[in-house]
Amino acid sequence: MCSLALFPPPLPSGQTTLCESNNELLSGTSTEDRPKQESSPLSLYFPRESLKLHSRTESSSKAAFLDHSETLWMRSAAAWRDGGLTGLLTEITNSHTEVPKWLSVSSGCTLALLRWISSFHGSLFPHLTLSSEDMIAEFSQVLNWSDCVVRAFSWHPHTDKFAVALLDDSIKIYNPKSATTPTLKHRLQRSVAAVQWKPLCASALAVACQNCLLVWHVDPCSLSTRPSSGCAQVLSHPGHSPVTSIAWSPSGSLLVSASPVDTAVMVWDVAAESCVPLQRLGGGGVTFLSWSPDGSHVLASTPSTLFRVWETRMWTCERWPCVKGRCQSGCWSPDGSRLLFTVQGETVIYALTFTDAQVLKQSFEVFVLYLSASGDELIMLDLSASVGGEIQSLSWDPRGERLAVLLKGDPQAVDRPAIIAVFKTRTNPIFELLPCGFVQGEPGAEPRLMQFHPNFQHGALLTVCWSTGRITHVPFYFLSTGVPHFGLSGSPLLPRLQERPSAFANQSLFTELIS
Amino acid sequence: MFSTEQSCWFVRKVICWRAAASIAWAVLLLPPITAVFIILSRFSFLHPIHTISECLSLLTSASAIFSFILLCGVILMVGFLNLEYYTVIPTIACSKIALLGQLLHPRQFVSSVVHCIMGIIVAWCCAITIGGRYETLGYPCIQSDGSPQMCLNEYQLILLLAGAFVGFSHSLLGVIHNMNYVSFHTVQQYKYLRFKGSLPLVVKCSAIQALYSIRNYIVVYFFLGYIPRAWICKTLNLHLTSSAHPLDSIAGLLDLSLFYHLWISATFLLFTWYITLLLFRIFVTEVYSFPVQSSFTEDAHQCLPKVLLTDKQPMILKFLALQDLALLSQHSPSRRCEVFSLSQPGGHPHNWNAISGECLSLLADLTQRLVAYHDTVATNGRAKSLSTGSERKTSSETSVTSGTEDLMSPRPTLLMKTPASVFARSIVGGPQSPLTAPFTPDLDSPFASPALRRLTAPVEQCSPWHGTVQSPHIMRRAPKLWSTSTDSQVNGSFPPSPASVPSPKQEASKPSLLAQFLQNRKEQLPEASSQALFADSQAHIWALEGLSYLVQASFSEDHFGVVQTALPSILSCMLVLQEAVDRHFKLPHASSKPVRSTSSIGDSTYKTLRFALRATLKTAIYRITTTFGDHLNAVQMSAEHRKRLQQFLEYKE
Repeated sequence: MCSLALFPPPLPSGQTTLCESNNELLSGTSTEDRPKQESSPLSLYFPRESLKLHSRTESSSKAAFLDHSETLWMRSAAAWRDGGLTGLLTEITNSHTEVPKWLSVSSGCTLALLRWISSFHGSLFPHLTLSSEDMIAEFSQVLNWSDCVVRAFSWHPHTDKFAVALLDDSIKIYNPKSATTPTLKHRLQRSVAAVQWKPLCASALAVACQNCLLVWHVDPCSLSTRPSSGCAQVLSHPGHSPVTSIAWSPSGSLLVSASPVDTAVMVWDVAAESCVPLQRLGGGGVTFLSWSPDGSHVLASTPSTLFRVWETRMWTCERWPCVKGRCQSGCWSPDGSRLLFTVQGETVIYALTFTDAQVLKQSFEVFVLYLSASGDELIMLDLSASVGGEIQSLSWDPRGERLAVLLKGDPQAVDRPAIIAVFKTRTNPIFELLPCGFVQGEPGAEPRLMQFHPNFQHGALLTVCWSTGRITHVPFYFLSTGVPHFGLSGSPLLPRLQERPSAFANQSLFTELIS
Repeated sequence: MFSTEQSCWFVRKVICWRAAASIAWAVLLLPPITAVFIILSRFSFLHPIHTISECLSLLTSASAIFSFILLCGVILMVGFLNLEYYTVIPTIACSKIALLGQLLHPRQFVSSVVHCIMGIIVAWCCAITIGGRYETLGYPCIQSDGSPQMCLNEYQLILLLAGAFVGFSHSLLGVIHNMNYVSFHTVQQYKYLRFKGSLPLVVKCSAIQALYSIRNYIVVYFFLGYIPRAWICKTLNLHLTSSAHPLDSIAGLLDLSLFYHLWISATFLLFTWYITLLLFRIFVTEVYSFPVQSSFTEDAHQCLPKVLLTDKQPMILKFLALQDLALLSQHSPSRRCEVFSLSQPGGHPHNWNAISGECLSLLADLTQRLVAYHDTVATNGRAKSLSTGSERKTSSETSVTSGTEDLMSPRPTLLMKTPASVFARSIVGGPQSPLTAPFTPDLDSPFASPALRRLTAPVEQCSPWHGTVQSPHIMRRAPKLWSTSTDSQVNGSFPPSPASVPSPKQEASKPSLLAQFLQNRKEQLPEASSQALFADSQAHIWALEGLSYLVQASFSEDHFGVVQTALPSILSCMLVLQEAVDRHFKLPHASSKPVRSTSSIGDSTYKTLRFALRATLKTAIYRITTTFGDHLNAVQMSAEHRKRLQQFLEYKE
């Protein structure tokens, strides 16, 4: 078992991580010190005050109006429309002066029975009692989602543009090559939990909303800053809301979506707007999906102590029960052979190895303990701050050389903020994890969300969204060892490769044992 | 059913066995379904134990076994009809008149009659199992004058007629909703899981459909019920009792128990039929893996390249071959390797040439169809002189046609055989079929009388060719474009009669009042012509996927450079198609989304095929451009195409 103690100590307060160069993380006091690289994409700042928020939800606006007495029929119809069967029953029970006694009594009994059944169901799956906003906050990959200015972020898989979903339910698309910044708004676009660009396509952006899925088609050549809602396809299925996670297949043909209240994973054929539910009992819902980069597997975690790995050829799945908590986050190695995941309530990263992609059953090795940042091994800093805790999300760069881990910290303790720990990883010939360092922002800013750029030329580029509303990019400049360089940019990289193995040998965090 | 011996192997060896397996499963599922039906139909809340013991004794009785054998016969018949009537290319009526024509077609008439009879049989079995007042058609009664005689039991009659009505409406709705259309799924699943997944939908659909049918039936029976009742009484020499209420009165029909029994019987009937249909669809669309090359010459005709190239074949074979191609190009490196391999003596890439050639000719055919359709619609279907027709041509239009010409020049042989290879019906249908409407797929010659047919001929504006030939391009293309489907040629039972097709030119000069009326009816389904144009696009989607995945894999797997030689033609073919598709979607109604119907068992996948094709096409081009990147600058192509390709390389499409 290895710990974060091998990491270089976190920066003192006031220092900001700027980039990695020559095998070490550089820091500066403020963003102005940042060396001006031509390749660094734009940093953004969304102050919370600039966003126009919904001050009131729709149901609470009733209070502003005078009480207006309608007939029982009208009220019942409205209750049926708004609240379904339970709403209707509640309405009938409440207006016991107007309805016959037997009706109000029987509806009251039915309502009590329904509540008892749902509470029984809820005791099996406690998350079902949450409201949909709380549910998204609970299962989102974003730390403290409900309070976050930037709620979702997605790089385009092929170009330098990205989409940002903000607290006011709008989505902005930034492209360094274009002056226009389209803002996407839609009536149904509420409580955005995730956004993702369609691979092998320039325009399609899938958005996971509270009640449905939206697929925007944003023409990259268009000069319009407010694409109409006609550009969005609405994909919805009864009982499949709120949607907390989406994933496009790497070939761009299918989209999968998950909702914590629906036990089925939906596989969408977006062009035809049709879906195939992949129903499996157990788990009580699906919270997080991750499609492996080679397209062969999909990780689907559930709110209970169980996750599944789907094989995408014939859509069969393998159940993986966890011991302690639910699977919180996961990520795949670029070749799809390794799955790293974390479990809620534990401070450990687990790994699954798929030795043969064709045969799922024989392909697993045992769980391997890779990292521990548990409380008893907290490292004490000079500022009496400590680092460590549960893991919120994982992100692996597309070359498989850097692994970023967002640690939750402890919201109660002042001295344990959320922080991003970065590992150097190597998958060939054996799997290795080496310490790289911590990524920190301005004083008082906590990382909330992070994603690697899908095709950064000079190494890896980690984009971090901070609690202050700032989005920064931390480049990691290194030379890729695993990826062969085709013709155009090959040889001049070699000399610096020579010095690396010795450096690795000294401070290896974990090295896979080959038995 | 199929004329040539050689193409029969697939139907003989695969399709028939799949159909037989699906029917066998449907028969095996019949006992549990019947048991559930018996319990539901006889259950009474007051005596639950008594009901169950009664059901058990009923299940083992002789009458139950006899009716069960009858039901098995019905399932066999339904399964046979499914096999006989299924199609992979839907028949889309471009107008209400065409739809009416389909409904009145003799083939359809036969099917309706058979469904009616089967409905009566199932309803009789239901009557036997429900028992009680439904059990017999006649019962002894005493007339007012005191003489004993047989009286009519109207309860059984209403149930039998309900069966006939539901069977008939099932067959009519089958035409309207294209229930015989078999679609292929993008998500591959094992048969059991797919069946399990669609079971709730089938239950829901059959219950809802039964409810609607019974509602309609009760209305019909209320007004017209006395006709069959009198007829039955007369033929069977039964009498009507004066004491009992006649059922075609409001009081008689307001019987909740009667309504429940009618509904549950109709649900049972529809459910067994839908299950048979569902199993047939699942079995017949299962992936079939063709060998890429065979070491034995007698199996050579079963290999993928040969199967793709064969002209005279059932469409299902072509579709399954293309599906297999799309899957192998995506998932199977070893079989891809066989595609890229060279022939042993000679060193020719025969496999790749055959596969890519066939895919390209499919795509080129679609391009031509789209261009021709667009030309017709752009001129609004009016007859135009040659000069104005050429004036209308925009620059992009010329680029499209020149692109097609580009394609034509390297491989003239491929384009020559396009009509034959893609759509086999022009061969089966003989020389007369090219003159029927191409985009109104009512080749079945629904109008029995030639006179009526002549009337409708001039107003078939869905078809570009009737008196509206504008440019020499289209004149030349015309015979190739006879392509939209009918199942009659695919399944080949009723070739259209040769006498029925008049010459379009002379008809165009004398429109009559009736023709104008028909013309008005004609324009009611504008979206349908666009659907009909893309009716077989599943094949194009697979061709695009297969080609693009193979080209992507060739970047690292093609050791002999086999794919490189075809790369320019593949790219230009896709780009030309992309332009044609873009232009098509600018037409009115082309991009309007169809209404999704969830409570119908009919498959409406064909309504969205054009959107799927557009998305697949873009993805396919992007797949090639992202794989090859800047290397594509070395590929020879016209300036127009290079410009367009550059858009893709910069992710601006």
